[in-house]
Amino acid sequence: MAKKVALLQGNTACALGAVYAGCTFFGGYPITPSTEVAEVMSEELPKVGGKFIQMEDEIAAMASVIGASLTGAKALTATSGPGVSLKQELIGYACIAETPCVIINVMRGGPSTGMPTGPGQSDVMQARWGTHGDHAAIAVCPESCQEIFTETVRAFNLAEKYRMPVQVLFDEIVGHMRERIEFPEPGELEVIDRAAPTCAPEDYKPYDAKSDTDVPPLAAFGSEYRFHVTGLNKAADGFPTTKAELVDFEERRQIAKVECEAARADIESNEEYKCDDADVIILAYGSSARSARYAVNELREEGIKAGLFRPITLWPFPEKRVAELGKQAKAIVVPEMNLGQMIFEVERIVKSDCKLAGVNRVDGDPLTPGQIIDQVKEVL
Amino acid sequence: MAYDYEKSIRPGKLPHIWCPGCGHGIVMKGLIRAMDTCGLEKNNTALVSGIGCASRLPGYMDFCTLHTAHGRAAAFATGVKMSKPEMTVICCGGDGDGTAIGGNHFIHACRRNIDMTYVLLNNHIYGMTGGQFSPCTPTDAKASTTPYGNPDPTFDISKLAIGAGATFVARTTAFHATQIDKLIAEGIKHKGMSVIEVVDDCPTTYGRRNKFRSVVDMMKVLKETAVPVAAAAKMSAEQLEGKILTGVLYKEDKPEYCEQYKKIIDRVQGA
Repeated sequence: MAKKVALLQGNTACALGAVYAGCTFFGGYPITPSTEVAEVMSEELPKVGGKFIQMEDEIAAMASVIGASLTGAKALTATSGPGVSLKQELIGYACIAETPCVIINVMRGGPSTGMPTGPGQSDVMQARWGTHGDHAAIAVCPESCQEIFTETVRAFNLAEKYRMPVQVLFDEIVGHMRERIEFPEPGELEVIDRAAPTCAPEDYKPYDAKSDTDVPPLAAFGSEYRFHVTGLNKAADGFPTTKAELVDFEERRQIAKVECEAARADIESNEEYKCDDADVIILAYGSSARSARYAVNELREEGIKAGLFRPITLWPFPEKRVAELGKQAKAIVVPEMNLGQMIFEVERIVKSDCKLAGVNRVDGDPLTPGQIIDQVKEVL
Repeated sequence: MAYDYEKSIRPGKLPHIWCPGCGHGIVMKGLIRAMDTCGLEKNNTALVSGIGCASRLPGYMDFCTLHTAHGRAAAFATGVKMSKPEMTVICCGGDGDGTAIGGNHFIHACRRNIDMTYVLLNNHIYGMTGGQFSPCTPTDAKASTTPYGNPDPTFDISKLAIGAGATFVARTTAFHATQIDKLIAEGIKHKGMSVIEVVDDCPTTYGRRNKFRSVVDMMKVLKETAVPVAAAAKMSAEQLEGKILTGVLYKEDKPEYCEQYKKIIDRVQGA
């Protein structure tokens, strides 16, 4: 049977991906260029018995999402950089309280109000380090409308599996672009629901980890399990503690659950295009990767062995593979619609193994293949 | 036989953090009696708070408890209630938490008329951080950040709630212990947003600085300034100067938010 296809905007694809993943709650606040996600969710959720609420501000939207998630719902919010700045307080709360949720960030420039209708990729470090305190981060970054759909589904899966907030970052270009989408059939994409506790209700402890990388099951408010949730450092039973060894164990476990080898292998996702024999690697993500792919083809025609490495999972960063590419290639070029953010992560990994150069733009126009080609030629 | 509070309290979680003479314990006991009166099921009741002394209350209570971030109780609670409307949702917290950093969430929860009960413990001060002035600190009073007296005008929380659209608003004080549970119970039974302001005392960070010689003195002030609404109706503006009205201040039946949204779902799914 032929698949259902449509010409859809990226933001619409995101909302439909969320519904496919089983999202039943959206708490939002209007902000360009993400608003269409909220608009489509307001239309789609009642159809499946889900709830849409437009809250009084960005912080409240994030709060409502965490509250809804604690009742067992798969919950979503969508915003842009300024909204994510406001949500940081409660992204941290979702981290420490280990509450699954998905945050869409349709990226524009900044700082502050910046250029609301222009594209940007300047929130990639915010996605990693935005909230205060030590914490793990999972962020994915699709480059096309189809991939927005599938990565939104994957973001829900990762949120549910690792019990934490997951951010989906795409720049305004991808968010507002229209492309052909093939809708996966129900069951075609994996959909993961959070693990439910199996113990007796009186024995349930919401943070009872079996190992230092374990993700304990999360019960739902309103079920037979009754528990306490707090943003304070807490013990396995969920109640506040200041005992040094318990605080230390929990802080480290909540990072290790994402950054241990097994989790990284599960969470990381990259695309490699003509990297095998490449002398120069263009490391790009989001819409910049589309220009980079074009640049690779042009450079190859000119006899320059270029390849594209595209992290689809931005966080955790694909450290192992980037380190290998740094040893293989003469140079890595990092095009970004910011003034250099992910390039520092690349530098941290490859050190001085190869040359490193950025291609940067923050004027509201996309990076062109020509700009990338020029930089590749200069660095080689 | 003495009333059994312990059936509602989590084993091993007491003693609480509150100072001797603090009114929060009186309010917690009132809340326990009210929840008991309403026959609330532990598994089906969420107690949601923000940050501050009063916001530690849910941690002691054997229900589904959510100790959120500073000021955010009403916003978290809205997500809980909206997602699972069959649950009873009760917020509690202090005046700084609820009307300063959480003021926006508070007024919009009132505006939506979502079916929650917000017990606001108004002790006129930020107690946990050591006694800084809040939007409810009386003008000219001393706080750690108003060493020369408080220049700010104050919020009237109950008026704020009524103005914002809450459909059940009541006020009492920590002195009027038996009225606390009656008003909270009425609030829980009310369909829609109910706000119960309990005017409370903080002997440690407010009383000391404002020349209250003892907790008894603070309680006397609560007793003497409280005027039941019925009595107030017969008093002149002059007589009411400096008094606080107690009892049910406002009650109205209006469409409740989750029910309204349910109608949308039914309409969309029926179409």
